[in-house]
Amino acid sequence: MMEKMIFGRFIPGDSFVHRMDPRAKILFVFLFIAIVFVANNTLTYLLLLAFTFFVVFLSKIRLYFLVNGLKPVFILLIFTFMLHIFFTKGGDLLFSFGFVEVYEEGLRQGIFISIRFLVLVFITSILTLTTSPISITDGIEVLLGPFKRIKLPVHELALMMSISLRFIPTLMDETGKILKAQMARGSDIGSGPLKKRIKAVVPLLIPLFVSAFKRAEDLATAMEVRGYRGGEGRTRYRQLDWRMRDTLSLLMLVGFTAVLWYFRT
Amino acid sequence: MDILLQEVGYSYAMNTPFEKRALHNVNIHIPSGSYTAIIGHTGSGKSTVLQHLNALLKPTEGSVVIGEQQVDAKTKGKHLRDIRRQVGIVFQFPEQQLFDETVLKDIMFGPLNYGVSEEEASRRAHELVEQLGLPADVLEKSPFDLSGGQMRRVAIAGVLAMEPDVLVLDEPTAGLDPKGRREIMDLFHELHVKKGLTTVLVTHSMEDAARYADQVAIMHQGKCVATGEPKDIFSNEEQLLDYRLEPPRTIRLQRKFEEKMGIKLDSISLTEEALAKNLALAFLEGREAE
Amino acid sequence: MNSIIMSFKDVTFTYTPDDQSVRPAVADLSFSIEEGEWIALVGHNGSGKSTIAKLMNGLLFPQAGEVAAMNLTMSEESLWDIRSQMGMVFQNPDNQFVGATVQDDVAFALENNGVPHEEMVVRVKESLRQVKMEEFLDHEPHHLSGGQKQRVAIAGALALRPRLLILDEATSMLDPQGRMEVIETIRELREETGLTVISITHDLEEAALADRIIVMNAGRKHKEGTPEEVFLTGNELTTLGLDLPFAMRMTHLLREAGVQVLGEHMTEDELVEELWTFYSKK
Ligand SMILES: Nc1ncnc2c1ncn2[C@@H]1O[C@H](COP(=O)(O)OP(=O)(O)OP(=O)(O)O)[C@@H](O)[C@H]1O
Ligand SMILES: Nc1ncnc2c1ncn2[C@@H]1O[C@H](COP(=O)(O)OP(=O)(O)OP(=O)(O)O)[C@@H](O)[C@H]1O
Ligand SMILES: [Mg+2]
Ligand SMILES: [Mg+2]
Repeated sequence: MMEKMIFGRFIPGDSFVHRMDPRAKILFVFLFIAIVFVANNTLTYLLLLAFTFFVVFLSKIRLYFLVNGLKPVFILLIFTFMLHIFFTKGGDLLFSFGFVEVYEEGLRQGIFISIRFLVLVFITSILTLTTSPISITDGIEVLLGPFKRIKLPVHELALMMSISLRFIPTLMDETGKILKAQMARGSDIGSGPLKKRIKAVVPLLIPLFVSAFKRAEDLATAMEVRGYRGGEGRTRYRQLDWRMRDTLSLLMLVGFTAVLWYFRT
Repeated sequence: MDILLQEVGYSYAMNTPFEKRALHNVNIHIPSGSYTAIIGHTGSGKSTVLQHLNALLKPTEGSVVIGEQQVDAKTKGKHLRDIRRQVGIVFQFPEQQLFDETVLKDIMFGPLNYGVSEEEASRRAHELVEQLGLPADVLEKSPFDLSGGQMRRVAIAGVLAMEPDVLVLDEPTAGLDPKGRREIMDLFHELHVKKGLTTVLVTHSMEDAARYADQVAIMHQGKCVATGEPKDIFSNEEQLLDYRLEPPRTIRLQRKFEEKMGIKLDSISLTEEALAKNLALAFLEGREAE
Repeated sequence: MNSIIMSFKDVTFTYTPDDQSVRPAVADLSFSIEEGEWIALVGHNGSGKSTIAKLMNGLLFPQAGEVAAMNLTMSEESLWDIRSQMGMVFQNPDNQFVGATVQDDVAFALENNGVPHEEMVVRVKESLRQVKMEEFLDHEPHHLSGGQKQRVAIAGALALRPRLLILDEATSMLDPQGRMEVIETIRELREETGLTVISITHDLEEAALADRIIVMNAGRKHKEGTPEEVFLTGNELTTLGLDLPFAMRMTHLLREAGVQVLGEHMTEDELVEELWTFYSKK
């Protein structure tokens, strides 16, 4: 179940999107989030959808995996869609049974909101699916660079983030192992009344904490031994490489914004 | 209790970009009361096979028959609890599963989950602590205050307390000092004999496999490529090398000796004691021949 | 005579200075190690080996006695200087992998020491070549085997070109092949660079390969000497939770079985050699 989730994971590859500079991709996503709110009629929403699928196409991530891996997100999507359908009134009454009445405006809003939600999830997923965690951290560290002046510990934050990301697969494995070990001892997670379920989590959480602390301690030792003492005087091994395609991608997005703006009502 | 793996295939993370095939058409028969060692290069699928033995993993292809029960891809979770009580599993670094306030409570966790009474569970815990050579006062201590070797023993006691019919061991002695290693392996063997357990051991130590097992299975790239008696499996050096394994030290020494002397010993030496006996015999015969 | 690279003088350390009832993790320990030696440090679980390793590079400071390394006495001031000249590899391959990929991890110590970028690229390649992992530059840790991870960890320690490498049970979580890979790597490194190695291990076969063995028991030094000297004490080691190398165990078993083996043999080949001489003489 857990292993099917692809939200936040990285699939190595060699597409146009994979090769983009992480800084460009991060800027792209933030800009895109803003642009989504420009759309306000059927045409602009359709354009938004088309643009998103174009990006998915460029990333060479199979749509099937994307849809399959984001299933939990779709449940949320259907829920918001329903909310709008049932509670937004306005325009013609389309149909009604019992106390439920569906209006034209409700349906419209429901569809629009869903599209907005969908494209946001798709585009952010494409960012994480095509960019290794370390590149994302690098990108963020450089983009946040100017904030060092106001004493924001940018380097420490970035390092913390990259280490957490590095340990996610390890901790996931660990959780699986401990879960199995306790299941083998007859602990029954995921059935029975709530109180029993909460109790059943304890044998899972305690070993997880213990081992996470142990790992953190070992890691701190390993870092100290290799001479780590904060960001001061450190040099960087990773150098980012901003190319023409990165500039072009951002320009393309700006162009697209202009088009959306033109067609919006 | 017999366990039968029939054409078992398993893929981790089925139907995702991360899908990883770990087993192909595995057939293994583990007869009741046997001591089976599963050996193989790292990543060959040993641990994956083990987890099928008590239905922690359900095969994505084929089926596993555990005693009376058959488990395949469609088997529902409810029926698996009973299997898990009968098949106890000691994972690698089992001390990682300790969680309770006291050693006593931790050992009682398994039995209580399966509906054993408090008194009975506590009786078992007291008995096991003694059997595993732990001082009696550890029962009231927190498991996290113990040394690494002691924690390992407590975790093992936690599995044994369920009184399983089948005991499944995944490299149970990794990281222990030589003495601790020998004591624990001897203990498992003693239990195997005394309680008539069916034992399955995954190990990287050819010496342990040769010493304790009466059946050996070789895993290679997700397939079970050979099963047989230790003497047959370990005397076939070419096959072992093909699967990136080595014969046990005793056999390597025996071969060196045979080569140097230009003679052949009568039987294959699976243990150090057997090797000493075989060599002594060769000397005796050599003397008589003169 | 070679120079002393690491020395302990009457070192005592306890994790619980307030609780007198707990025996110190390390007590009255003295030894010195010469440049270029290969030392094996053995002892039962909890005998203080890892504590010694931590004292060696200033992760811990002794309550009594003195630790000196590279001609410097260990102190808050000399600490970083000493550390930059020694590498350390630990037991658990997963818990010491700092970087997100192989090359990031190897570069970590270089980044910390402010090595310029061009130099880093060269050194990362060089260290990875030394452990034969140069093809794995962009691999992520969870896609490597245990032995490969440990070799990357060694490369990470080598990148700073240390004079001393400390291995704390670096092979104990590995399969036999992974263990062989690592030991072989260390051997070649020593030939190539004359590196001093201190290896903490439970594997007596591995210890038998060292120049000198230090045996620990309950926080104290039990014995120190060449493998021959140490293993000659025989069954004494077994009572300390240790064991003898296979060839020596066989020698003893053969004697019990009535075969008159004269020598004490550390390796199988030596044993077979004696058996052969003996056999053919009759
Ligand atoms: N949770 C998992 N998700 C994905 N792949 C996995 C998982 N666990 C194991 N694998 C893969 O399945 C294959 C078999 O792994 P398994 O752990 O059974 O090997 P093993 O023989 O026990 O190895 P080792 O001797 O190193 O313990 C390996 O290629 C491994 O990478
Ligand atoms: N962080 C700690 N806090 C308190 N006591 C500790 C700590 N680490 C180790 N000890 C104790 O110090 C003693 C020596 O431990 P150390 O880890 O040095 O042993 P070791 O020889 O490395 O053992 P192993 O072979 O199991 O790795 C043990 O009695 C141990 O319980
Ligand atoms: Mg395994
Ligand atoms: Mg240690």
